[in-house]
Amino acid sequence: MSESNTVILDHAGVKRALTRIAHEILEYNKGTENLALVGIRSGGAHLAEQIRARINDIEGVELPLGAVDITMYRDDLGSRGSLPVGKTDIPFALDDKKVILVDDVLFTGRTIRAAMDALMDFGRPNTIQLAVLIDRGHRELPIRSDYTGRNVPTSREEKVLVEFDTDNAPIEVHLAK
Amino acid sequence: MSFRHKHILGTENLSREDIELILETAESFKEINQRDIKKVPTLRGKTIINAFFEASTRTRLSFEIAGKRLSADTVNISGSTSSVVKGETLEDTAKNIEAMAPDIIVIRHGHSGAPHYLAERVDCSIVNAGDGTHEHPSQALLDLMTIKEFKGKFDGLKVAIIGDIAHSRVARSNLYAMTKLGMEVRFAGPGTMIPVGFEKHGAIVCDNIEEAISGADVVMMLRIQLERQANTLLPTLREYARFYGLNPEKLKLAKEDAIVMHPGPMNRGVEISTAVADGPQNVILDQVANGVAVRMALLYLVSGAEMVEE
Repeated sequence: MSESNTVILDHAGVKRALTRIAHEILEYNKGTENLALVGIRSGGAHLAEQIRARINDIEGVELPLGAVDITMYRDDLGSRGSLPVGKTDIPFALDDKKVILVDDVLFTGRTIRAAMDALMDFGRPNTIQLAVLIDRGHRELPIRSDYTGRNVPTSREEKVLVEFDTDNAPIEVHLAK
Repeated sequence: MSFRHKHILGTENLSREDIELILETAESFKEINQRDIKKVPTLRGKTIINAFFEASTRTRLSFEIAGKRLSADTVNISGSTSSVVKGETLEDTAKNIEAMAPDIIVIRHGHSGAPHYLAERVDCSIVNAGDGTHEHPSQALLDLMTIKEFKGKFDGLKVAIIGDIAHSRVARSNLYAMTKLGMEVRFAGPGTMIPVGFEKHGAIVCDNIEEAISGADVVMMLRIQLERQANTLLPTLREYARFYGLNPEKLKLAKEDAIVMHPGPMNRGVEISTAVADGPQNVILDQVANGVAVRMALLYLVSGAEMVEE
């Protein structure tokens, strides 16, 4: 960790934000019919599990849950070297589903673009909605989130890190310079 | 960790960490082969030349499918239809291919060391798809992926490799890789087909197939190259089948849960009986399926390695 490191969302704040997102998803979609959650590895996949647990608490429904690794859909293979490729695991048909794509931090939008390309290869969802814990700005593509935990103005050089415990539950969010 | 090999020439110069990264990457890519839409854009815009100067169905098809599923443009040339038959040297052929700016050349060649020779002379990545009697790294890696799938580990496993060890690039590539992964490698075959000195590389050379197979976790049968060695190195094929062919009776000497592998193409009734080839312990088609995933991983990793170097 670098010298300047501030907590921008504490543990209670993370939990409240995820609970609110779960409620917003249910409200906007008028229930759980045809809903499915897909998290982007690795942070988004952990958060998708949290949102699923909350929706289960509220509605008593266990939503289908998948995880997508976007390494093979990146547009920067040429400049970054070969990143390790993780597993994509979507154990249900995406056709006609309302897919809630979950990520931890929304930044340039390129990850989301890649994730949407990946989802399209698995089927034809009815809609794709985006839920993120942190929106830090600096978009490079016309992408916005439908459900946002917190908007945090940042400079490009800063880093936003969502910290997880050993059970993959989120602890807090740091802003490091 | 990042992958730093621009070329895949053999398993001899891969570390245990390299091998594990390749296999993990292949496991991730394997899922693509089970999708309805079997294509990802990872290598979009890359050009891969499959230069096969020696006959091959499986390996060439496997590399071609691997490249296409990663969205690379793959082009095949084969020895018999290329200007090699007009007397062009390998280096000139390669330089001409390179002038058309491919990113990767996958090469199979009858001469040991041909890929290494090219790797020193061209700028693009070279992937060895089998060179003479030297190495066949992608085959060894797909064998390892299959072993990992069925055994869940490498350390301490006993592997019996049976047949024409002297002329087998599969045996060499597997030996180099398996000893690095902590496996015990036993060789058995007719005396004319076992070169001296393999003990120095960590292999255990057995006097007969029974000794090699006893207690083995993996039994790998090599193809007898009927077109080449059968006449000079063996009295008769029937004798070979009797002493070195794998049948259900000999297989009983191996562990109960041992798996049977073969790099293909099989000579049924020679090195492997039909009862074993189609029996419950065979994983031969799993090997073929994993071959595509392993080759996708290799093409992906060498593509990125180029950039790490620069």
